[in-house]
Amino acid sequence: MAQDKNPAFVRFKNIEKRFGKVTAVAQMDLDIPEGALVTLLGPSGCGKTTLLRMLAGLETPTSGDIYIKDKRINDTPVHRRNLGMIFQNYALFPHKTIFDNVAFGLKYRGFSRDEMTTRVEKALETVRLPGVADRMPSQLSGGQQQRIALARAIVIEPDVLLMDEPLSALDENLREDMRREIDNLQQVLGVTTIFVTHDQREALSMSDKVVVMKDGIVQQEGDPEEVYNNSANHFVADFLGHSNFIDARVEAKENGYLTVSLAGGSSVRVNPAGPFAPGDRAEIVIRAQKMTLGFREDLSREPEMNYFTGKIVDRSYMGGEVSYFVELPTGKVLHVINFVKRSPYRRGDEVFIQVDPYHCRLLGD
Amino acid sequence: MKEKPWKPWLLLSPSLTAVFLLLVVPVCFVVVYSFWLRAPSGQDIPAFQMGNYAKFFADFFYPSILLDTLRVALETVILCLIMGYVPAYFFYRTESRLKPYLMLLVMLPFWISFIIRTLSWINILGDSGLINHLLMEAGFISSPIGLLYNEGAVIMGLLQYLLPFMILNIYVSLDGIDKSLTEAAKSLGCTEWQAFREVTLPLSLPGVSAGCLLVFVLTCGTYLPPMILGGPGNDMIANLIFKRVIGTLDWPFGSAISTILLTLLVIIVYTYNRYMGINQIFKTLSKG
Repeated sequence: MAQDKNPAFVRFKNIEKRFGKVTAVAQMDLDIPEGALVTLLGPSGCGKTTLLRMLAGLETPTSGDIYIKDKRINDTPVHRRNLGMIFQNYALFPHKTIFDNVAFGLKYRGFSRDEMTTRVEKALETVRLPGVADRMPSQLSGGQQQRIALARAIVIEPDVLLMDEPLSALDENLREDMRREIDNLQQVLGVTTIFVTHDQREALSMSDKVVVMKDGIVQQEGDPEEVYNNSANHFVADFLGHSNFIDARVEAKENGYLTVSLAGGSSVRVNPAGPFAPGDRAEIVIRAQKMTLGFREDLSREPEMNYFTGKIVDRSYMGGEVSYFVELPTGKVLHVINFVKRSPYRRGDEVFIQVDPYHCRLLGD
Repeated sequence: MKEKPWKPWLLLSPSLTAVFLLLVVPVCFVVVYSFWLRAPSGQDIPAFQMGNYAKFFADFFYPSILLDTLRVALETVILCLIMGYVPAYFFYRTESRLKPYLMLLVMLPFWISFIIRTLSWINILGDSGLINHLLMEAGFISSPIGLLYNEGAVIMGLLQYLLPFMILNIYVSLDGIDKSLTEAAKSLGCTEWQAFREVTLPLSLPGVSAGCLLVFVLTCGTYLPPMILGGPGNDMIANLIFKRVIGTLDWPFGSAISTILLTLLVIIVYTYNRYMGINQIFKTLSKG
């Protein structure tokens, strides 16, 4: 079936994986372009790791085909797929030195001792850990161990680099550093990379393409801005960032925007994510960061904007920004995140919320 | 926080007391007894003399039993290792829901008396036992072949006694190995077998080492399988002690043999731990 012109470097075609009665990945098609960093994002149990492991050859698909460079690899055993795999818990060989760990893949590719030494040294420099070759893995910190795992995977010059939640065992600050490091390294090496994570910040900050998955089904794929700003459905909007959902009924069209009515009788203008007809029931999604708060007495309406009024019922201070929970007259509570300008609003303050209709996305059910 | 250095000792004190009273003190008695004199009348006379030790080494009879014991122990260890690693590895790799029940089968023999288990081999290996019966029914042989009362039968008895110890020791070690290590090895170019050799086998060595030591020491001290399943020439050192102490009531000489065995085992265990023991393997693993 490889006749059709295939721009994808890695291609999953109608791939399905069932474990007994549980379907981990359901009839999935996915193309991954050469040199891209693609993240598979989703909650645990969404099938992202299973998909990765099928590509690695550690799981066998129940049906469907996997191609790398137009070559069907379903029947190629793991050790001949030439993939670099990075595990959550580093998976360094505890009984081997760092040198032997990194050189492991080279040994099985028949490199000479000299060539191995040169390449291992270069790989260790790439991950900024030269001079640890003689140590044992247990003598390195978690972050260093993960970098060695990275060196071990890239030293064999794999066709695809597979990372299974590589940062989740690291603590917060280290994770941030490692994330940037992996991102830079991937750009320098240009190796096609598939990165599995449940952390939306990792996914959004480093990917060329994000694939959001749930229950073994792709919910949306696209570049980070697209999936964040134009979430295709409730799940994606809810999973990425802090979103507010308001039920609405479509009233009328108005130069690109729609007017919808809300519970309580008010109406706002929204940015539709698809075709809608008057009378349709739908849902507005508003990101917590896209709304701006003001004291109610300062309210001066601009005709282009949408407004809500309410009272702050809760807030949590997070240093740079403050998370507010604003109760509307209908009882609905909206989550608003604003940067602190002077002093933050307090619980009980009467406020208005201003939001651009562009950021009020209307999703179908 | 103020450290109270005596606290751990307080927690250890019940077991330390038990070990001291029930193990250290009796062993001291045995050592002291080994220097005593046995009067021709059968009376034990307190003394400090080396006569009992001299008697042991006087001719080759007693030392040869000691050497035989060590040889049988070594053979048992090797057989246990080969027959124990495979099931342990199976338990490590299997995803079967039956795994807990299969592991229960390994423990099951512990619920049946060791003597009964050993005696049951007579029904299997004896002249009118299961194997001979089947072979004669099938017409392969016309008269029973001697399967019982030889060293093979003794080792068989030892195996059924010691195999669970080996399996469990190796399994515990294997179970501690992260399965992603094997996957990493395979993704780097190893076949299943190469990944086993590079990763799983070396990392399971602590369990192998502990299992081997346990089986060796237990074999050296056992006397039931040779007594029940062995012939006259298959006595092991513990049978010798048994016969001296229970048979001829020669406590001083029995104590001397015990002391010799104990000393030898201490030396072997110490040397073993020094060069290939658990501590050594862990040290190599962490190289700290």
